[in-house]
Amino acid sequence: MDIANGSHMIGRLCIDDLGLSRGERVLFHGLSVDLDAGEALALTGANGAGKTSLLRAIAGFIRPDAGAVRFSEGPGAEIEPETARARHIHLLGHLEGLKGARTAREELAFQTAWCGRGGIDSAVEALGLAPLLDLETRKLSAGQRRRLSLARLIAAPRALWLLDEPLAPLDARWRAVATQLMQDHLAGGGMVIAAVHDPLDLPCHTLDVGAAS
Amino acid sequence: MSAGRVLLKRELSLAWGGGGGPLLACGFFLALTAIVPLAAGGDPRVLQPVAGGIAWIALALASLLSLERLFERDFEDGALDLLALGPLPLEAVFAVKALAQWLAIGLPLAVAAPVAAIALGADPGWAPLILGSALLGSLGFAFTGALGAALALGSKRGGLLIAVVVLPLFIPPVIFGAGALEQALTGLSPWPALALLGATPCSPWR
Repeated sequence: MDIANGSHMIGRLCIDDLGLSRGERVLFHGLSVDLDAGEALALTGANGAGKTSLLRAIAGFIRPDAGAVRFSEGPGAEIEPETARARHIHLLGHLEGLKGARTAREELAFQTAWCGRGGIDSAVEALGLAPLLDLETRKLSAGQRRRLSLARLIAAPRALWLLDEPLAPLDARWRAVATQLMQDHLAGGGMVIAAVHDPLDLPCHTLDVGAAS
Repeated sequence: MSAGRVLLKRELSLAWGGGGGPLLACGFFLALTAIVPLAAGGDPRVLQPVAGGIAWIALALASLLSLERLFERDFEDGALDLLALGPLPLEAVFAVKALAQWLAIGLPLAVAAPVAAIALGADPGWAPLILGSALLGSLGFAFTGALGAALALGSKRGGLLIAVVVLPLFIPPVIFGAGALEQALTGLSPWPALALLGATPCSPWR
């Protein structure tokens, strides 16, 4: 089942008057932003401003103090958050969930089968993973681990990519490749929300998370 | 392949790979039963009546061993996020992980239980009943234990906390499991106790 090109996909994301806090500390309140299919949003802001928390709140892992995150297929066709989580969202954080004792191939195959469908070949080719597939993931460098995690986004198509510093560990060559993959995803009607320190090299909206409070 | 099978396959490979978890648990189990005659004296007349009970205590303690890592590992390395974004609800993820825990740890322990009981002087004729009750009991231990592991997730010194939370919950399976043996020994039917024992894996959902 090709979710990104199928009929059921997120066509619009509405963040409505969202307020978040971690423990006692209020990160921001009154944050509203809409995103349509094919659009990217770059989250900027100082360390600790709440970029990661915002991504996790969109994924439904943090309950907001106020406001809501809504997904819809189109006008009047809401998608339940549980459905969005189960089918339409990829979250790529600092922690990549790779098991050190397993090979890159085993991990990618599991993540792909878990998030969607089977074939990993095109993703392996796009991210130059072929020489790494039989290595245990503990032997991979930070950049190689990130490429392996990005491969999951390609192998198991889902409409909304939530990326936390996606390019940070990558060198110039793979930054360009990853940026191109994001552009291809947007061109196919997908959405990208990325927390970044350096500006993304693609047309996108920008939201300063720290300034929203 | 369905998502449940994909996850189960991975959990089993994680449990067997890297350190041979099942063998360690079985080693702990057998070492525990070997210590009892040294502590209580080697007299068969003392050991024989309690052989089944000791095997049950050892089974409960050995089942605790690997619980700490059951969810903690996935929590620390971010895999829990990935599991939460999968097609299965978290309740089903919990059930699959608990089932894998049983297949990888509980099943080998249950097979070792009659061996330990016979070594302590139990009648070899009771081996099938001990095996059967240990199979059901370890399934109960795996599910109640996983419940405790999930509750203690993210706390410091989670292992101790899990033991404190879970051991009281292990009381019903121990009562019914050891009770089944006791009833069989006194000539009564063990089936009522076994039936109640079989219900303990459902305890996370009560």
